Amino acid sequence: MLYINCPHCGMRSQNEFSYGGDASVKRPELNKEVTDQEWDNFVYNRKSIRGKHLELWQHISGCRQWIKVERDTATHEIFRTFKADEEVA
Amino acid sequence: MQKYSLFNLVKNAFSNHQNWDLAWKDPTPKEEYDVVIIGGGGHGLATAYYLAKEHNITKVAIIEKGWIGGGNVGRNTTIIRSNYMHDENGLFSEFGMDLWRKMSQDLNYNVMFSPRGIINLAHSDAQMNAYARRGNSMRLNGIDAVLLNREQVKEIIPMADFSENVRFPIFGGLMQPSAGTARHDAVAWGYARQADSMGVDIIQNCEVIGFDVSAGKIKGIRTSRGNIKAKKVGLCVAGSTNILAEKLNMTLPIETHLLQACVSEPVKPVLDKVVTFGAGHFYVSQSDKGEMVMGGDLDGYNSYAQRGNLPTLQHVLTEGIAMMPFLSKLKMLRTWGGIMDMSMDGSPIIDKTHIEGLYLNCGWCYGGFKATPASGWTFAHTIAQDRVHELNAGYSLNRFSTGHLIDEKGLGTKTWIS
Repeated sequence: MLYINCPHCGMRSQNEFSYGGDASVKRPELNKEVTDQEWDNFVYNRKSIRGKHLELWQHISGCRQWIKVERDTATHEIFRTFKADEEVA
Repeated sequence: MQKYSLFNLVKNAFSNHQNWDLAWKDPTPKEEYDVVIIGGGGHGLATAYYLAKEHNITKVAIIEKGWIGGGNVGRNTTIIRSNYMHDENGLFSEFGMDLWRKMSQDLNYNVMFSPRGIINLAHSDAQMNAYARRGNSMRLNGIDAVLLNREQVKEIIPMADFSENVRFPIFGGLMQPSAGTARHDAVAWGYARQADSMGVDIIQNCEVIGFDVSAGKIKGIRTSRGNIKAKKVGLCVAGSTNILAEKLNMTLPIETHLLQACVSEPVKPVLDKVVTFGAGHFYVSQSDKGEMVMGGDLDGYNSYAQRGNLPTLQHVLTEGIAMMPFLSKLKMLRTWGGIMDMSMDGSPIIDKTHIEGLYLNCGWCYGGFKATPASGWTFAHTIAQDRVHELNAGYSLNRFSTGHLIDEKGLGTKTWIS
């Protein structure tokens, strides 16, 4: 069982959360020419890191906010959590 | 190579079975090979076997980080089927079914192929319609499919829950009678033994740490046991694909996720089919030892852990008990996990890459085991001829850019729910 520290609600079990994938993926900016390669990278291509992975989760059975979680994909250790709009240093 | 036969069994009995040849050797890596296959799982071993058998290329090495057959070919639920709707998947898998039927003879190794049939249960009229459509597509591709109504399903699997007031009543199901199971380890060992006998070097405990690429062409690999030159290199590493792709500066439409499976204590024969629950994701069959072999959803977040968490297991088994209530009486014997190379459309990739001499075989999602022979056969063809076979032409790497996706389930790019 993972325990995720929701920045809004505190420590909760993973059963309250739903996964949202790699948080480092950025949608190409609007109002500018976007190449096919950029769209591919946004929609399909993923690094799928082994180690520290920044990812989106939604606290679906809690505050329903999207949050960012920094988690190790090999050990499941969770290092830090952030609000969705928080910059990750 | 010593043939496995009744005669040799009796002959070796006189020396207390002390004089059997080793099934495969433990060679030290040579300086150079024509083809290096990275990954000593089912697909890698099968690829090496078909390179030698079909294309007469025997200066081949299989490089395996751990031991052969220690990854997903040793961790799956052994289901073999070709019940796909799309042509690419259906024709590819049905080609594989033919190889499965001949495999024990072909490899002189009993892989215990058991074509017992698979039933996908339907729990609504809409699902019956969808299954009718898929069944028709299968039959057009020469694959056997039978649409069963509720009564027919009840006759075949009376232990399922056919009571009136259940959340997901059984409306019927789609059966592929020729689908089945096989002994997974034997598949790896059978391919390894034959490949070895034809001159393939199986090199275990040898980790790939880098690649030598110059002028857009592969020159060799760097490993924990030294550098190896190679004219061609094939990647067959399933859940570790992204780790090696990173060393090649490639980003792929693949994410690595964890899938769990489990077996119950052994019980007397009760179930002679593979059965899948249609209102969720759960499947069950009974092994020859009597254990109920079960599996279902991914753990649901990127993972390289090769071990699972309990919430998913609980969720999956809840579905199992909804489908077959007697399962709740059984004790769990073992659970385990393996890491899946989940592609963005749920279908695999067997293709050349932008690097000359580098070939890619990945994206098998849940369905890697049944694809073992067809994957090895087509990947060997792709490597040997430097062009894809028509059977794997659809499994191209660039289909994600061109829009020719093969999205069997229509789930899109959320790999962790597909």
